[in-house]
Amino acid sequence: MKLPRFVIPTLVAVIFLGGWEWFVRAEHVNDVLVPAPSQILKWFWDSLLNGELLSATWVTMRRLIIGFAIGAALGVPLGALCARVRWIRDTLGVLALGLQTLPSVCWVPLALLWFGQEESAVLFVVVMGTIWAVVIAVQESVLNVQPLYLRAAMTMGSKGWHLWLRVIFPAALPGILSGMKQGWAFAWRSLMAAEIFVVILTGFGLGSLLHAGRELLRMDQVMGVMTVVVLVGLLADLIFFSPLERWLRRSRGL
Amino acid sequence: MTPASYKANPLAALTLRNVTKRFNGAAGCVTALDDITLDVKEGEFLVLVGPSGCGKSTLLSLLAGLDQVDEGAIRLGDEPVRSPGRDRLVMFQQDALFPWLNALENVMFGLRLKPDLTEAERLESARYYLSLVGLADKEKARPHELSGGMRQRVALARSLAPNPRVLLMDEPFSALDALTRDQLYRDIQDIFTKRKKTIVLVTHNIREAVCLGDRVVLLSPNPGRIRQIFDIKLPRPRRINDPELASLAAEVTDALSSHLSSSQEGLA
Ligand SMILES: Nc1ncnc2c1ncn2[C@@H]1O[C@H](COP(=O)(O)OP(=O)(O)O)[C@@H](O)[C@H]1O
Ligand SMILES: [Mg+2]
Repeated sequence: MKLPRFVIPTLVAVIFLGGWEWFVRAEHVNDVLVPAPSQILKWFWDSLLNGELLSATWVTMRRLIIGFAIGAALGVPLGALCARVRWIRDTLGVLALGLQTLPSVCWVPLALLWFGQEESAVLFVVVMGTIWAVVIAVQESVLNVQPLYLRAAMTMGSKGWHLWLRVIFPAALPGILSGMKQGWAFAWRSLMAAEIFVVILTGFGLGSLLHAGRELLRMDQVMGVMTVVVLVGLLADLIFFSPLERWLRRSRGL
Repeated sequence: MTPASYKANPLAALTLRNVTKRFNGAAGCVTALDDITLDVKEGEFLVLVGPSGCGKSTLLSLLAGLDQVDEGAIRLGDEPVRSPGRDRLVMFQQDALFPWLNALENVMFGLRLKPDLTEAERLESARYYLSLVGLADKEKARPHELSGGMRQRVALARSLAPNPRVLLMDEPFSALDALTRDQLYRDIQDIFTKRKKTIVLVTHNIREAVCLGDRVVLLSPNPGRIRQIFDIKLPRPRRINDPELASLAAEVTDALSSHLSSSQEGLA
C-alpha cells in the first residue's frame, strides 16, 4: 500500500515541533531565547485577538502591493523602451542591470534622507526593489520574441501599438511574469529590511512588530512574525504567481 | 540599367527588375539572389522551385516587404514594395500561429486589422475558412493541441481569410501527410479559380509545382538565378496523380538535374 504524499511531511513536522516543545519544556535551553512552539502559537492567537497582527499585516501588505504596482507599472514601459531603442538599452538598460544586483536595502539611507520617516520612504524602497528586475525581464523577453511571429503579424498589417499589444506583449508574457515574480520577492525583502531598520512614523508594519519583539526580548513575537512573513510570501506565490504561471504554461502547451 | 527597364508591365501584379540580394553571414558573403527579373501576372499562379539554398524563401521575403533588395526593384502594380502590407499575405514554412490565441482567434487576427468589416462578418469569414480547411470543429483549440498538419491548415485559413491581392506561400505543404496535401491541392486550386488571386508558391516538390502552377520557375543556387520557366497548360482542376501531369513533372525534374550538374561542373 502506498502512503498518501502528505503523511511523511506531517509526521516529520509533528516530530520536529514535538521535540522542540519537549526540549524547551525540559529546560535544556532558556525559553526567553528559544520559545516553545506553544508559546509562539499563543502569541499568534493573542495578537490576532487584540488586532495587532492583522493591522500590522495590513500596513505591510498595503505598502508591498502599492510599491510593487508602481514598480511594475513603471518597469514594463521602461523595459519595452529599452528593448525598442538601442541607446536607451545601452544607458538605462545597463543601469538597470547594475541596480538589479544592488541589494535594495541599500536604498534605505537615501530614502530616509529624501523622504524622511514617511510612507513615501518605504514605498520608494519597495519600488526600487521591484522596478529593475521588471525592466530587465521585459527588455529580455521582448528582445527574445520569435521573429517569425513579428513577420507573420506584420504581413497581416499589424504595426505600431497593435503589434506591441497584440503580438509582442503576449509573446513575451511568460518572461515578463517571471520577472514580476522576481521583482515581488525583491520588494518583499527590501520592505522587511526597511521596516526593521527604520521607524516609520506613518504605520506599524510586520517589520516594526518584529523589531519591537527584539527590544522587548519577546522571542515568541519575533519568531511569530517571522512565521507570518514566510506565510505571506508563500501565499502570494500560491494564490497569485503559481496559478498564473500554470495557466500560461497550460494554455500554450509549454 | 536604364529607367525604362523599370517600366511596369500593365498586366503584372508583381514586377521584379534585376533583383539582387546578398547576405553577410559567418561563412562570408552569400549572393542569395542574383539579377532576378520576373513578372507575376494578375491572377497568375506562379511556382518557384529549386534545391534548398537557391533563395526561394529570400525572394518571398522580398516580395512580402519583410526584407529589402540590395539592387534592383520590386513593384506591386505601380507601387514600389518597401514594407509589409495587407495586400500581400505570407504563409510561412513553419506555421507561425500565435500560441496565445486559439484557432479561430488566429484566423481572426488578420481580419481584425481590416477596419471595413463588422465583427460579425469577420467571425463568419473566419469560420468559413476554417471549415474550408476541414477544421470547423477545432476552432477553440490552441495551436499546441493540433497536429502539424492541422496547424498548417489553420495557417492557410489565416492567410486566405483577409482576402489579400497576392498570396505568398513558402513550402506550405511540406510538413503535411499525403492525404491532407491532396485535399489542400484541390482547395487551393478551387480558391484560386473562384477568387482570382495572384499566388506565388515556393516548393521543392516538382509534382506539386506542376499540379498548382500556371508557370513554374526553376531556380538554381550559388548564386540564386532563374534557370528556366515552364508554362503549364494543363486544364484545372488538376489532380496530382494525373499521368500527363506526371510526365510534365518528369520533364521539369530532368531540366533541374541537368542545370544542377552543369552548375556543379562550373564549380569544379
Ligand atoms: N538571414 C540570413 N543571413 C545570412 N544568410 C542567409 C539569410 N537568409 C538566407 N541566407 C542564405 O541565402 C541563401 C538562400 O536562402 P533561402 O532563401 O532560405 O533558400 P531556400 O528557401 O531556397 O532554401 C542560403 O545560402 C542561405 O544560407
Ligand atoms: Mg526556404
